Amino acid sequence: MLTYLAKRILYVLPVAFGVSLFCFLLVHIAPGDPLTSVLPPDASQAMQDELRRIYGFDRPLPVQFGLWLMKALQGDLGTSIATGRPVAAEVWRAVGNTLLIAILATIIGFLLGSFFGFVAGYFRGSWLDKMASIVAVLGVSVPHYWLGMVMVIVFSVQLGWLPPGGAGPGGSAAWKWDWEHVSYMILPAITMSVIPMGIVARTVRALVADILNQEFVPALRAKGLMDFGVFKHVVKNAAPTALAVMGLQLGYLLGGSILIETVFSWPGTGFLLGNAIFQRDLPLLQGTILVLAMFFVTLNVLVDIVQGLLDPRVRRR
Amino acid sequence: MSRSTFSRSALLALGLSTALATGALAQEKVLRIGMTAADIPRTHGQPDQGFEGNRFTGIPMYDALTHWDLSSADKASVVIPGLATEWAVDATDKTKWTFKLRPGVKFQDGSDFTSAAVVWNVDKVLNKEAAHFAPDQIGVTVSRMPTLKSARAIDPLTVELTTSEPDAFLPINLTNLFMASPAHWAAKLAAVPASVTDAGERAKQAWAAFSADPSGTGPFKGTRLVPRERFEMVANKAYWDPKRTPKIDRVVLLPLPEANARTAALLSNQVDWIESPSPDAVPQIKQRGFTVYTNAQPHVWPWQLSFAEGSVWLDKKVRHAANLCVNREELKTLLGGLMEIPKGTVPPGHPWWGNPSFDIKYDLAAAKKLMTEAGFSAAKPAKVKVLTSASGSGQMQPLPMNEFMQQALKECFFDVQLEVGEWNAVFTNWREGAKSPNARGANATNVTFAAMDPFFAMVRFTSTKTFPPVSNNWGYFGNDEFDKLIADARTSFDGAARDAALAKLHARIVEEAPFVWVAHDVGPRAMSAKVKGVVQPKSWFIDIAPMSVE
Repeated sequence: MLTYLAKRILYVLPVAFGVSLFCFLLVHIAPGDPLTSVLPPDASQAMQDELRRIYGFDRPLPVQFGLWLMKALQGDLGTSIATGRPVAAEVWRAVGNTLLIAILATIIGFLLGSFFGFVAGYFRGSWLDKMASIVAVLGVSVPHYWLGMVMVIVFSVQLGWLPPGGAGPGGSAAWKWDWEHVSYMILPAITMSVIPMGIVARTVRALVADILNQEFVPALRAKGLMDFGVFKHVVKNAAPTALAVMGLQLGYLLGGSILIETVFSWPGTGFLLGNAIFQRDLPLLQGTILVLAMFFVTLNVLVDIVQGLLDPRVRRR
Repeated sequence: MSRSTFSRSALLALGLSTALATGALAQEKVLRIGMTAADIPRTHGQPDQGFEGNRFTGIPMYDALTHWDLSSADKASVVIPGLATEWAVDATDKTKWTFKLRPGVKFQDGSDFTSAAVVWNVDKVLNKEAAHFAPDQIGVTVSRMPTLKSARAIDPLTVELTTSEPDAFLPINLTNLFMASPAHWAAKLAAVPASVTDAGERAKQAWAAFSADPSGTGPFKGTRLVPRERFEMVANKAYWDPKRTPKIDRVVLLPLPEANARTAALLSNQVDWIESPSPDAVPQIKQRGFTVYTNAQPHVWPWQLSFAEGSVWLDKKVRHAANLCVNREELKTLLGGLMEIPKGTVPPGHPWWGNPSFDIKYDLAAAKKLMTEAGFSAAKPAKVKVLTSASGSGQMQPLPMNEFMQQALKECFFDVQLEVGEWNAVFTNWREGAKSPNARGANATNVTFAAMDPFFAMVRFTSTKTFPPVSNNWGYFGNDEFDKLIADARTSFDGAARDAALAKLHARIVEEAPFVWVAHDVGPRAMSAKVKGVVQPKSWFIDIAPMSVE
């Protein structure tokens, strides 16, 4: 197990370097000027050159990347061009906000997705299967920003039950765990949970159907196990894959959703990324992408480890 | 009930009702505003986020030497005294100006506003040697006052400003230089940990602390900043201008960049005011009892035409024909009424109007006639390629509007091809010019602009000194006549004479038509009926100070 663990962690290093290099190159070849947010439309060439020098954009790209990487390794992701605030603080604050709704969305998505998936798989071909499959397909197909808007119209504008946006009445800095604040999480979390719910449901349905066709199931029944006992074995066999899928989905959710967080004005990583892209704020963009990529990589490692613990066959591969 | 019990009950009731009434009276008057910006505009005195920044974290918290008059919805918004009560250019050296400062003005931290503060604020963006020099404030400030070079204190209430060349536009430009408190900044610098030794880094941290706890001389004082989420300001009851002493206790600014999210926030009473409601939602907003304010803004939605060799626009008849061929009333209907029909860069009645001889209107017959005279017909249309974007700041609804133009001009023998680019690429090409390969062969570009000050409204598009890449004369329009008109305006130091010179310039621009003028934005904003005293001026800005909340 230790060798397996060490291998998984070692794989992280080249991936992390590759991701940071790729992010750096990607944001530099995108159209637009990185100083858009601080340069006026009528800036003279001299002013442009001066600001480029002050912000270090006059240096060769490899030098810029090297300097950025050195600082990033020390936890300093630089300063946002647009706001003048440290990128690391901005990113961690946003990650914290996204975690709030991502975890809630994961729980909702995993529970509902597993439920619909098991029901559909266990009763394959029945009307229950068809109903559960329709829900799963809708979850994957419905544009989530559209769903978010519809929910805002229904639950905020028409019924007035839930707030339409924001991260609490005083902003995320004054967050409290009471209904007044938690009510702000509900609509974005539900909207966010719809896609993972659909994906988990479809995965689990296929898994359950496959497991039920395996030879050990009739053997279990022959041993006298009742439906519930068989069901427990099916769950145990389906769990590693379902967990792996959900782990990946949590990774996606941690990246926030630019659209969902914009619709709900939720100050998370998606909202931050959207701002960084539109303002061509390179340090903020690079820092956010790097942190999110590291989250994703770490989550994958964690999922691999959990899979290894649950299924010894994985460790032997 | 015994008498004493009755008396006690009556006293209790009286006490309760008094307490309730006092509580109601003491209830804080809060105004919550949903901005289009995705982040709080910077709060240190030189806001970013375009003019929305000046509107919400500039003008409410800070004053400049000169102000825009935002008190009328009918008259053009013009420059009036702000922290300076009067000013004059030196009789012999036209690069030197003397500004007399308003006495008795204090910053919100209690320090005095004097000429030293003006020098300090000029130095923050122009003097690289100054301890408080702020590179990130240069961009949004210096280009808006391109000729200002330095400042010198004459006495505590007199300051001398020097420009690089004679420039009558300086008092207008100075509306963009907001006065931040030097004493407050010095206190923030002193609080930077001694472990930070680099002077530039210390200054940067002092400005960051100043942004979180700003101090200007304006009617509101910033009190709470939650980055990307909210900014709160409270009334400065000691404000120097009684007409602008706030009646609202607290203003909360919320960035809500998505139009539908802003509309939902208003309709669900999460905010009292939203900028730019979604046009489709305007009827519903009105139906729910909210008020939608609009007024013609100094904004132009144009096609800027190319005068490069081979361009069809070199022929004035073609330029005039295009201006006459667009039924702007129909376009206004398409936009739900949220535009104003232009007659030029500035509207009739504006001090710079100038009564041009060419009347921009819809006259299909005249347009066709001009095109026929220019040698075009349905069989031989004028080929036009327009560079535009799918979105972008101030662009309104660029695709439907350009498609409308495409259809409209077809009637007048134009064959319009739309070249849709990414907004930043289109914007960057605005400076590169029509001859650049990045213009993709376009002979017109569709970048909207603000027309508040003469340089941004007219000079940069018509001077031979502003050909690409110097500035935004994308189409290379200009000649000796226009250079002279510009020079006349720049050297007319009496306000009326300067306006007269600018009016001549504007009239000639309209007559020569280097643009197809299509629309002025009307800056729609929707507000709850409980917000009173709202004046929506003919400006990009609006004054919150005289408003009240019921």
